[in-house]
Amino acid sequence: MANDSTATSQPKFLQHHFVDAEQQFDSAKMGMWVFLVTEILFFGGLFAAYIVYRAWYPDLFVEASIELNTVLGTINTLVLIGSSFTVAMAIRAAQLNQQKKIVINLAITIFLACVFMVIKYFEWTHKFHLGIYPGQFYTFEGIPHPKASVFFSLYFLMTGLHGIHVLVGIGLMIWLLKRTFNGEFSSKYFTPIEITGLYWHLVDIIWIFLFPLFYLIE
Amino acid sequence: MATEVSSNLKKVQVRRFKPKEDPEQNYLNAEKGIWSWLTTVDHKRIGVMYLASVTFFFFVGGILALLLRTELWTPAKTFIEANTYNQLFTLHGAIMVFLFLVPAIPTALGNFFLPIQLGAKDVAFPKLNLMSYYLYLTGACIVVFAMISGGVDTGWTFYTPYSTSSSGAITIIVSGIFVIGFSSILTGVNFITTIHKMRAPGMSWGKISLFNWSLYATSIIQILATPVLAITLALVAMERILGIGIFDPALGGDPVLFEHFFWFYSHPAVYIMIVPGFGVVSEVITTFSRKHIFGYWAIALSSLAIAFISFLVWGHHMFVSGQSTLAGMVFSFLTFLVGIPTGIKMFNWTATLYKGSIKLQSPLLFIFGFFFLFLIGGFTGIVLATIALDVHLHDTYYIVAHFHFVMVGGMVMALLAGIHYWWPKMFGRMYNETLAKIACITIFIGFNVTFLPQFVMGAQGMPRRYYNYIEQFQIFHQISTIGSYILGLGFLLVFIYLVKSLFTGEKAPVNPWGSRGLEWQVSSPPPQHNFNHTPVIVHGPYDYHQPMDEFQLGLAESGNGHGDHADIKIDRDEPNREL
Amino acid sequence: MELLNDLLLPPAKSTLAQQTDTLFWFVHLSSLVITVGLLAAVVYFVIKYRRKSEDEVTPLITHNNKLEVTWSVIPLILVLICFGWGYKIYMEQEIAPPDSYEIQVTARQWLWQFSYENGATTTGELHVPAGRPVKLVMSSQDVIHSFYVPAFRLKQDVVPGRYTEMWFNAPKPGESIIFCTEYCGTAHSDMMGTVIVHEEDEFEQWLAKNAGGASKPADLPPAEWGKQLAQQYACATCHSTDGSRLVGPSWKGIFGHEVQLSDGSTVVVDENYIRESILEPNAKVVQGFPPVMNTYKGTLNNEQINAIIEYIKTLK
Repeated sequence: MANDSTATSQPKFLQHHFVDAEQQFDSAKMGMWVFLVTEILFFGGLFAAYIVYRAWYPDLFVEASIELNTVLGTINTLVLIGSSFTVAMAIRAAQLNQQKKIVINLAITIFLACVFMVIKYFEWTHKFHLGIYPGQFYTFEGIPHPKASVFFSLYFLMTGLHGIHVLVGIGLMIWLLKRTFNGEFSSKYFTPIEITGLYWHLVDIIWIFLFPLFYLIE
Repeated sequence: MATEVSSNLKKVQVRRFKPKEDPEQNYLNAEKGIWSWLTTVDHKRIGVMYLASVTFFFFVGGILALLLRTELWTPAKTFIEANTYNQLFTLHGAIMVFLFLVPAIPTALGNFFLPIQLGAKDVAFPKLNLMSYYLYLTGACIVVFAMISGGVDTGWTFYTPYSTSSSGAITIIVSGIFVIGFSSILTGVNFITTIHKMRAPGMSWGKISLFNWSLYATSIIQILATPVLAITLALVAMERILGIGIFDPALGGDPVLFEHFFWFYSHPAVYIMIVPGFGVVSEVITTFSRKHIFGYWAIALSSLAIAFISFLVWGHHMFVSGQSTLAGMVFSFLTFLVGIPTGIKMFNWTATLYKGSIKLQSPLLFIFGFFFLFLIGGFTGIVLATIALDVHLHDTYYIVAHFHFVMVGGMVMALLAGIHYWWPKMFGRMYNETLAKIACITIFIGFNVTFLPQFVMGAQGMPRRYYNYIEQFQIFHQISTIGSYILGLGFLLVFIYLVKSLFTGEKAPVNPWGSRGLEWQVSSPPPQHNFNHTPVIVHGPYDYHQPMDEFQLGLAESGNGHGDHADIKIDRDEPNREL
Repeated sequence: MELLNDLLLPPAKSTLAQQTDTLFWFVHLSSLVITVGLLAAVVYFVIKYRRKSEDEVTPLITHNNKLEVTWSVIPLILVLICFGWGYKIYMEQEIAPPDSYEIQVTARQWLWQFSYENGATTTGELHVPAGRPVKLVMSSQDVIHSFYVPAFRLKQDVVPGRYTEMWFNAPKPGESIIFCTEYCGTAHSDMMGTVIVHEEDEFEQWLAKNAGGASKPADLPPAEWGKQLAQQYACATCHSTDGSRLVGPSWKGIFGHEVQLSDGSTVVVDENYIRESILEPNAKVVQGFPPVMNTYKGTLNNEQINAIIEYIKTLK
């Protein structure tokens, strides 16, 4: 409301070029949504490459997929879905002004994200141990298909890029945690938690696509 | 203040705020020192920094072009080696495309005028805006570093497998362009959010300037296409570092797949370059003919139509690449469709002139240069979309001439028109009008002498990216080289008198052209936060049938516009009281 | 018109070229009409409606649906004509007649090789019979190249890892130039060739004479044969024989001399060095030259390499 905002004094978090907190919140949220669209297209390039190669070498994808550990993949999927839930809980807590719950939920989310990365680490190192490296460094002989390295190049690229996104998410949430301790968030201002939550859901959704595309090929 | 809410319409009372002539404080002197520039989050200062940077890279790219043209004076070696020549044309292309054409109008003029034309105090995310600038600068430095450390000789298209097997600093240059890509994406995110959320009271979608509509369409392309370029270049780098084989036939990959990926970005990218130019044309034509734009919605929506169709035509770069004939047919058909909204714009602009009050000042002169050159560029595009003709003309000088007519003749002429149009507002100084007209004519002549012969030799079969050529083409190459020197002189002249005007130019009035645009209702140069009041918009920027003072209305209190309240009803008390 | 045609387009030497040219002129001339029309309107408006006083008021004309539909639909019809016409010719360009005479084309940096049904091979020269459809089956050994014959109005990329095709029918004997139009590295602009169209019986004779290919003609001294091979395999693209500097070192007077290598050491140019340079070009690169040559392993046999060495010896 353009002319009501002057009646109340400007809150500290409100930047000079916005009329009111509502406009600032709406803008931040919209900006994040637009950014997430670019993220989808960023991954989209790799998904397109995946589709092309799967269409060319369907049997390769079936054979090579066996090398991936479905149990670990499933655990990771559950871990990420759980973390999506806790980040949503953190936003809810912020809306209700429950400082302690924000901290707890963010902490659980960070923990789950770390669990995800640790499991990924073991998956990758196991493959390296077998000689499954990306591209020209591939030395594994267990898959009789001549183009087996291409499947794993895609696997490493896509899960690697996703992993980088998880790491960025962990960094963002540690930063949120610090700001929560400083008492910067309340039911009036929780924009950073909200938009980080949006980002985290995207990271989750991308994994939900990656998991069946690599692990569950029959 | 009496406000009254009826359904979703709100009534506000407004007063007139006449902009001050020659105010003491403006965005240029509000803060002092180099540090205040480097850390600024003011969209106007960021715009000025972009303007300086893109100008610098334009001249770097231009000097490379002159070296190339000089080498082509004789059919064999003139003064540089084949490898050097190949590196020079690669850098000319990469610098001009990624460091100049893509960012120029949106980041320099767009950053400066988009918030003012919306009635906002800044873009939605000022810090992100500054970060975009530094990403651009970082990327540019990496590209220049690649040029020094070994050079790159693949052409700006980086076709695999040549780019994955050639020696040279290709991994470095693609990472530079990757970084610049993110700068471009973040600018797009910023602009879209700003247009949606930061509009002043009364600034409904039907009153947004056509320049902002064009930036909106551009931003959509930027956010949708650039990520694909980023991932493609990342894959090229991975191919070189790890040998992942996605584009390498020896490892089961396919080089044509790279072409698809690359053009999925790079075709929409040509619209990132030209569509903001269309926006400038609409602004300048209405101002200098003092007339309402003809077909506002047709022009606004055709920008969006171009943005949409541009994603479906990338395959017209690949008619002879070995893609299927069916794909060729579909891409040819869709390419013709892009021509239609572009044509609609040309007709609407011409119709705007009808019964106008036309004053042929330098910005309008540049626009007429644009008209002539862009028509030729556009129609040769139709020739190239005709699939049987493209088979003959693809990768010849005909293509080179075509995209220079569109990019230099179209986009650069529009950029120059925009710079001349807004220069008094940006810096508060007038430039020498006579010199501006001379420069415009010099550039126009130089351009045609350079590129018209290239159409002829292209149709005759002269392939592009040739260091040596057969003797029958020498006469065309020599005319072209002479033209390029004239063109270079023209650009240099513009640079000299514009810089000179900063120091000795006459002080510019608030509204030297008598425009109705919102940016002309603030002082020259604008105050630090654009508006000291909340502007309220009752008329569109092209309503020349309305008196000027109705474009200077605002709310008395401080604060700022709000897009959600754009459907506002305005009540005027003491409409002529000035503040 | 005839004059303009000769200025803008190379001579039309294939059966389809004439059709392409007609379309070329249709699109250009109709574009020209619209361009001139629009520019005339602009110039007329600028003169007629120039500003006479600063207080002029302009009429409010916001839009006109009839006009806008007109100038959307007419161009649409015009471009649909271009599309349909272009597509029709394109399909004729793409689909080779079933009785076409087939020739294999191999592209590599920076030469064109052609192999014929009876084992004959040529480099840089494509021999074809007149008045008969010829189909080229093309592939590349390294990067993407593009086979372009302006006189035939035809072009097709030559891609590693897949085969691409093109066909033409040249009715009259004569010669036309071949360009590579996809940028392929240092000597891209020297990757040219010639299409030589023979009368049918003349072509048969030529083909019979060149059957087999890679062994030395009995009556030729090795150095002479080496000279022919150097020409055939386009060595002269990068190595001059008159001392002038091209992409690689000149052959003139190089044999028996010491050259400085890019790693600072020196080597005497003898039979072994030349042989190594042909088979492993980048092992020892002469200082000041880029390491861009590709191996000729599998392309030249021992006998041929010896002949080329004999030829280089004669270049004093």
